[in-house]
Amino acid sequence: MSALAPVSQVAGDPAVHPAPPAPETQKRSWTAYLLLLPGVLWLGVFFILPLVQLASVSLQSRYPGFPGYYYRDVNFDNYVAALTDYAPHFARSFLYAGLATFLAFVIAYPLAYAMAFKAGRWRNLMMICVIAPFFTSFILRTFAWSQILADEGWVVGVLSFLNLLPGGSIINTPVAVVAGLTYNFLPFMVLPIYASLERADPRVIEAGGDLYANGFTTFRTVTLPMSMPGVLAGTLLTFIPAAGDFVNMELLGPQRGKMVGNVINDQFLAIPGGYPVAAALSFTLMAAILAMVFLYVRRFGTEELV
Amino acid sequence: MAGFREARGDLQLESVTKTFGDFTAVDDIDLHVPRGSFFALLGPSGCGKTTTLRMVAGLEQPTAGRVLIGDTDLTGSRPYERPVNTVFQSYALFPHLTIRDNVAFGPKRRKDKDAVKSAADALELVQMTQFAGRKPAQLSGGQQQRVALARALVNHPEVLLLDEPLGALDLKLRREMQVELKRIQTEVGLTFIHVTHDQEEAMTMADTVAVMNRGHIEQLGAPEELYDLPRTRFVANFLGQANTGVGTIKDVDGDHLVADVLGTPVKILKSRSQVHEGEVLFGVRPEKVTVSRKQPEGVGNDVKGTVRDVSFLGVATSYLVDMPSGTTWSCYEQNLDVEPLDLRPGDEVWLTWNPGHAFGVPVDAG
Repeated sequence: MSALAPVSQVAGDPAVHPAPPAPETQKRSWTAYLLLLPGVLWLGVFFILPLVQLASVSLQSRYPGFPGYYYRDVNFDNYVAALTDYAPHFARSFLYAGLATFLAFVIAYPLAYAMAFKAGRWRNLMMICVIAPFFTSFILRTFAWSQILADEGWVVGVLSFLNLLPGGSIINTPVAVVAGLTYNFLPFMVLPIYASLERADPRVIEAGGDLYANGFTTFRTVTLPMSMPGVLAGTLLTFIPAAGDFVNMELLGPQRGKMVGNVINDQFLAIPGGYPVAAALSFTLMAAILAMVFLYVRRFGTEELV
Repeated sequence: MAGFREARGDLQLESVTKTFGDFTAVDDIDLHVPRGSFFALLGPSGCGKTTTLRMVAGLEQPTAGRVLIGDTDLTGSRPYERPVNTVFQSYALFPHLTIRDNVAFGPKRRKDKDAVKSAADALELVQMTQFAGRKPAQLSGGQQQRVALARALVNHPEVLLLDEPLGALDLKLRREMQVELKRIQTEVGLTFIHVTHDQEEAMTMADTVAVMNRGHIEQLGAPEELYDLPRTRFVANFLGQANTGVGTIKDVDGDHLVADVLGTPVKILKSRSQVHEGEVLFGVRPEKVTVSRKQPEGVGNDVKGTVRDVSFLGVATSYLVDMPSGTTWSCYEQNLDVEPLDLRPGDEVWLTWNPGHAFGVPVDAG
């Protein structure tokens, strides 16, 4: 820090660094604001306003005796209901999303590693295979999984034949939900890990070997830490949408023991007068995820990495 | 640790060849580097010098031949098994570790109990102690370079490999680091193998220089020797400047060969020519050529030319002179006389040189 002190003194001295001419600054800053405008407008109309609206809805009260009608209020009962009645749903959401994130990581890392270092001319083909599922719709792919995991499907057939499936069924169980989540968010795990591995200087990894680290030690002490920004991004990109997802539970999961996304969906669309609780649930979910992400990034944050 | 091989002594490459597909990067080279010497591998990019270095490090395996340190054959062993460390061209510091942990990385892998202490000593040696807590991205190129050096030196390798370590530095810093590297090498007494394409760098630092071209070692020797008496056309042109001309050997006059260059007889010492009959490429270094207005008497080798350009450099004046053969010679005259020559482009001059300073190499090679 002491080395920086003289520099900041110089920078603060107007005689050394005279302010640039005013018109120039004016012009530049206007350009910057103009460039920001579309994004700011978009976020304002489609993110900030709905969020404010949702916050206000989450505090409304119902008209007694008129299901579906509510009035503006500051009513925290909706939050109490969200947290007491639906605590198990939150727990399930985070558990399934956490499991899916872990499984996706276990599958994605070797895949990304192979793509970055071993694939050679197959690299582009592998990349296409990772991205290809995006060419069909999310719902359709999840629906396909309900076929794959169906009781009549070959997966259940093979597992039953090998006596590995005591329950006799995969579809409509949490296992199917976690499998669906893992599958659907896998590319979001693969791509950032691949990007960070691909960017790593091969000489740095060679330096590990040159400094007496064998293959595994080099991986543990050099390659893996260098890819942590990608791992961090991948786990966030998988966990956040997975925790709020309801499609996989809807199409692959059991009738009872839903995730919080399903509850929000039902409260908004199926239950008359469910809007305030749905809004409160949404906010609680958002706050919980934000808190978890904050702690996670604080713990594993790698902003100092290049 | 498991697999690590202690080895002491001179580094030896025996008939080492490395091919990549159809391309032969290193073609059957033999090299002997005495323990404790500062050895430079000099050559243009693509000449095989870095591949040679990587084979010593174990980062590449030779297609044929052996790599030994002392009596220990290291061919086929992994990089982490060799008592050899590398300073990479791009430094290749671990971006996620502090400077201290970067330097302590090697000692820790070797289960050195005093890893942190050794790292501190190595940082002291390269004068980087005050930066120990920083990350590599917070350092300048020159500072990263020092850290890379400390990270390799801390292990006291039998051979230290430097792969164009100064390539990314600006000229002033490069000069400083050349002196610094030489100091450190003298201090630690390890074998340094320095790969570079910069002939000045190789000549200032190394005890022995091997000039490489197209996978071969063209010539090996002390810098003075290589400069004074190149054995191939490539070495003559790559190492410093050389004024050259092609002639045919017509006669022998005592210790001298007499070559006919476009009707002008040119003398070369027999002992300084690689060819003794037929066509010869003779050469003279720019500072060995004397420029005069009148034809000097009795020197022997003299050619008349036309001045193309004059640059006054202070301590010296450099002339470009168009020769009758169509080539342009460069001459470098120290400004010793009070009366300057006062030559202008277009003036006719006589160039002379002592036959003992000329050298002869085969025309075709290089």
